[in-house]
Amino acid sequence: MLALDFMRQALVAAVLVGIAAPMIGVFLVQRQMSLIGDGIGHVALAGVAAGFLTGTMPLVTALTAAVAAGAAVEFIRLRGRTGGDLALAVMFYGGIALGVVLMALSPTGTPANLTAYLFGSLLTTSSGDLVLFAVLAALVMGVTWVLRPRFFAVAQDEEYSRASGLPVTALNVLLSVLTAVTVVVSMRIIGLLLISALMILPNATGQLLGRSFAATIRWAVAIGVFCALVGVTTSFYAGTPSGATIVLVAIVCFLVTAAVGGLRARVVRAQHERAERHLHEHGPACGHPAVPHGDHVDYLHDGHRHAAHADHWDEHADHADHTHVDEGVHR
Amino acid sequence: MSTPLIAARAVSFGYDDRVVVDRLDLSVGVGEVVALLGPNGSGKSTLVKGLFGLVPRLGGTIEVEGKVGDASTHHARIGYVPQRHSLAQSVRSTVSEVVAAGRLPHRPWWQPATRSDRDLVARAIEAVGLSDRAHAEVSTLSGGQQRRVLIARALAGQPALLVMDEPTAGVDHASQVVLTEVLGRLAASGTAMLVVTHELDVLADVVTRIVCLDAGHIDFDGSPGAYAAHLADADHPHVHAGHHHDDDSTGGR
Repeated sequence: MLALDFMRQALVAAVLVGIAAPMIGVFLVQRQMSLIGDGIGHVALAGVAAGFLTGTMPLVTALTAAVAAGAAVEFIRLRGRTGGDLALAVMFYGGIALGVVLMALSPTGTPANLTAYLFGSLLTTSSGDLVLFAVLAALVMGVTWVLRPRFFAVAQDEEYSRASGLPVTALNVLLSVLTAVTVVVSMRIIGLLLISALMILPNATGQLLGRSFAATIRWAVAIGVFCALVGVTTSFYAGTPSGATIVLVAIVCFLVTAAVGGLRARVVRAQHERAERHLHEHGPACGHPAVPHGDHVDYLHDGHRHAAHADHWDEHADHADHTHVDEGVHR
Repeated sequence: MSTPLIAARAVSFGYDDRVVVDRLDLSVGVGEVVALLGPNGSGKSTLVKGLFGLVPRLGGTIEVEGKVGDASTHHARIGYVPQRHSLAQSVRSTVSEVVAAGRLPHRPWWQPATRSDRDLVARAIEAVGLSDRAHAEVSTLSGGQQRRVLIARALAGQPALLVMDEPTAGVDHASQVVLTEVLGRLAASGTAMLVVTHELDVLADVVTRIVCLDAGHIDFDGSPGAYAAHLADADHPHVHAGHHHDDDSTGGR
């Protein structure tokens, strides 16, 4: 498989997309705009078709259309709620309809070409494209990595971010434009109709595995790369469209993680002992002796030990079975 | 007297066709803890948001420590604790991660968090009594604990003035007790505060000055003692009803 040029290129593209898409996607999930990537993909199709029709590189025209759509999404959102939803619908459906029509009109735009752009294909990544993809993907990853605390803060609390002087509008437009670039980078291997899935699904799985935002991103990227590689390989041997295969792998990942996580949560819950309710919170000033216990502090309360867990306090056993407690009951 | 931390002169805030806060003067000085009272709809939140540039300013000037510009331009000096019943939870995030956002305006966009940023975040979390839960997910915390996360986020920026919009509303008794302690410690350490509230009792020990808003105007500004006298003197309906029944008094007229 690796002896084939197109497969090596497809695997490199898969890794790039597997990293970039979930990295951007986590902020879309956080802003509850999970489907925005899908809409931008629709508009990018109009760009691809325009490229076919005019004989320019579809990559360039798609990038132009997608970035314009990404910026438009933010400006429509900024204008206020009423009508914004409809405006997005007009833009997204207008984009894909225009794309299909222009593709039919262009002499080189065959139905096979259309399907490849919509659902992804192993064969369409040329080495020239790959260099451009790599540059764009590196740009997306670099900018997102450096700005991730700011993207996080703005998505977490836009009002507070504005009050503390962050350039909220600029960051939102930038995130939207980065989303558009990711859509274009991914369109060959994943396809324009499915790219949003690779931005969102690894994050859904990452949420199940991580216990913090940072951990969620790490898991999501690892899962994104894994799904992209497994998907591309399966697609090669099974002769199926690469994008659809990758997305199915991502869905299997999510379902398996959810099932295993559900079982584990049940076991942990069964072993976990809540302290009795009391009207105060433990802390340096609560008057109960504080006892360091592994990575946290227990408070000695009427002869037994209380430790912080979520919004309540847990009973912790004595030092004697300290290790067992740390591994089993309390995480 | 020293330069006020924030001084609003003849400010009006509102939206296109509606003036909510009308040519109002308010300043908060070093060491002051000001309770901002008033019935619902009197413009308390609009005033606070206006000070941060979150509501359009229709007139007047704002100065922060003598420099022209609203609180969002001088963000390093003024911390904002918005009115929230809970934090956004569409993705997992920990107390530390949320509080770390309070440091962002203090460093250039390209710079990662330094050791001193992390120390300040840890100290802010400690100040609100959540050190035990610094790495807990915010979605697992109670409403009162989440309010304290928001206060810690503002504290992480080491503000000279903390502006809080109803930090104690809708919080259970245990959390209210902790919040009172937290605000008391902050006041003792010299942090000035402007607190929008309906629950003066909770803050009674720390408040040094009371400002009452009604229909976008200030109708009382003075010491807690003077406020008690003002309540006793006056017998028009809304004062008579007292600050605990603000809602009834506006609704009734």
